[in-house]
Amino acid sequence: MPDRIEVLKTYKTYVGGNFPRSESGRTYPVNNRDGENIANACRCTRKDVRDAVGTARSAFGGWSSRSAYNRGQILYRIAEMLEGRKDQFTEELEKAGLKRKDALREVELSIDRLIYFAGWTDKYPQVFGTVNPVASSHFNFSSPEATGVVGIILDDSSNLLSLISTMAPVIAGGNVCVVIAPEKQPLSAISFGEVLHASDVPGGVVNILSGFRDEVIDTLSGHMNVNAVLNTVDNPEVRKLIDENASISVKRVKHLPVESWSDESLENPYLIIDFQETKTTWHPVGV
Amino acid sequence: MNTITIPDFNQTIPIDKIGVEERVSRLNKRSIKKESKMQALKLALSMIDLTTLEGKDSEGKVIQMCRKARVPHASRPDLPSVAAVCVYPTMVATAKKALEGTNINVASVSTAFPSGMAPRQVKLDDTRFAVDQGADEIDMVISRGEFLKGNYNYIFDEIAEIKEACGDAHLKVILETGELETYENVRKASDIAMYAGADFIKTSTGKISPAATQPVTLVMLEAIRDFYRDTGIMVGMKPAGGIRKAKQSLQYLVLVKETLGAAWLTPEWYRFGASSLTNDLLMQIIKQDTGVYQNPDYFSED
Repeated sequence: MPDRIEVLKTYKTYVGGNFPRSESGRTYPVNNRDGENIANACRCTRKDVRDAVGTARSAFGGWSSRSAYNRGQILYRIAEMLEGRKDQFTEELEKAGLKRKDALREVELSIDRLIYFAGWTDKYPQVFGTVNPVASSHFNFSSPEATGVVGIILDDSSNLLSLISTMAPVIAGGNVCVVIAPEKQPLSAISFGEVLHASDVPGGVVNILSGFRDEVIDTLSGHMNVNAVLNTVDNPEVRKLIDENASISVKRVKHLPVESWSDESLENPYLIIDFQETKTTWHPVGV
Repeated sequence: MNTITIPDFNQTIPIDKIGVEERVSRLNKRSIKKESKMQALKLALSMIDLTTLEGKDSEGKVIQMCRKARVPHASRPDLPSVAAVCVYPTMVATAKKALEGTNINVASVSTAFPSGMAPRQVKLDDTRFAVDQGADEIDMVISRGEFLKGNYNYIFDEIAEIKEACGDAHLKVILETGELETYENVRKASDIAMYAGADFIKTSTGKISPAATQPVTLVMLEAIRDFYRDTGIMVGMKPAGGIRKAKQSLQYLVLVKETLGAAWLTPEWYRFGASSLTNDLLMQIIKQDTGVYQNPDYFSED
């Protein structure tokens, strides 16, 4: 009997709760650290970005108007589902070249970080909201509200934890996101779409695309229907491009170059506040 | 002079369903890029019948829509205005006044739109009222119930009488293809409408799903083509309802070009009945100019 030829999986994108291929039909090979081909991933185009942004936008109203408590429950549910599939993710990370110990640690940290931000959903408005002293007879208060569609651009410094650490604060605050998975190792990020699909996250709240960063960053950061960009790529040219594009529609931009994704400093509620707008209400009193 | 022979409508012209759908899907694959895309987008914009047909329509809303019809996007006054606005008969006078001094037509639905369930006399009065109010175009509905019963003469007479009541106004005949069940029926209803004097045939009211589809449009376009060959009379086409995206509108234009030729590619002979399509066309035009995808929040709703 001849040696069996292994079937390489083509990892599809996760958009609007479905798993479509790139509209272009293009894929690219994904290699592990030793250069062996382990799978294929979709090479998304600007049109895929456009579609994903549209889908995200239509999911925004429903997601941002859910109660903070409910969003917390859903984030917790993602963590539960990931816990249940720990083995699969550990194995996938090992395949990509991580040592077993490191792979397990990355998955566990991912789960913990989800739970961390699940806890913040109904607390950050209390911590960051303010009651403002004013001279007239008004009760004046400010509270943070979700900004809208957030584009998340991931570099190649991590496979799964970078996605979790950026996505969790964004959606905890009621935003929706379009994520560009790490170019060289997109597999765990895309498999995470399956976890989202099986948890209670409404379709379109998190959309995950793979492909060549250079081909999609321009479209994502220039898109008028994107409200904010979170960039982890530490490259002056990329930063410049994003800053310039963002200025067209005055997007919020957060550059977040991270040396070590396991760093505890990433567990902090200011990451939620980076993607919030402040709403101030003047309420007449004592008339 | 009158040499047109009216065919026997009891004879059914067979339609190759698979063939029609295959042809549509092949034509949909045609890629339109760059300058020709820009041309097509602007052409589609100039072909729109900007429509509001809701029970809650107010004069304010109609006036607002007429403003949008004149200048679809305030920051781009160079773009063409739409072909017509389409309203209920009671709003015709308002629209007419709001569009004074432009060559944008006012179209009015009539004949107990959208169901058409009213006596003949009521339908005629409805039409005359709209024409008296100043409507340039009348969109009538056919009695689908009578049609499905096989009462083709009834439909023919109905259309002919309404045509007479229209006077100088153009008559568009709405077949409501979503209720006609088969392509053969669509073809037959198209033929009846054209021989009875329709200036335009229109797919749908927009109140029934499915509204306009491309295969149905192709069947109707072929009916127009055959009618033109037999009689030398040009009849216009208006798909309405469900066309929301610029890309769809370009696909429709390809169908027209391939079936009827370039002579029909003007607002005089081809229209889109739509409202939300306008903004998508604008967004695509601005995207072509600026290179960045647009946000609907920056485009006025009415």
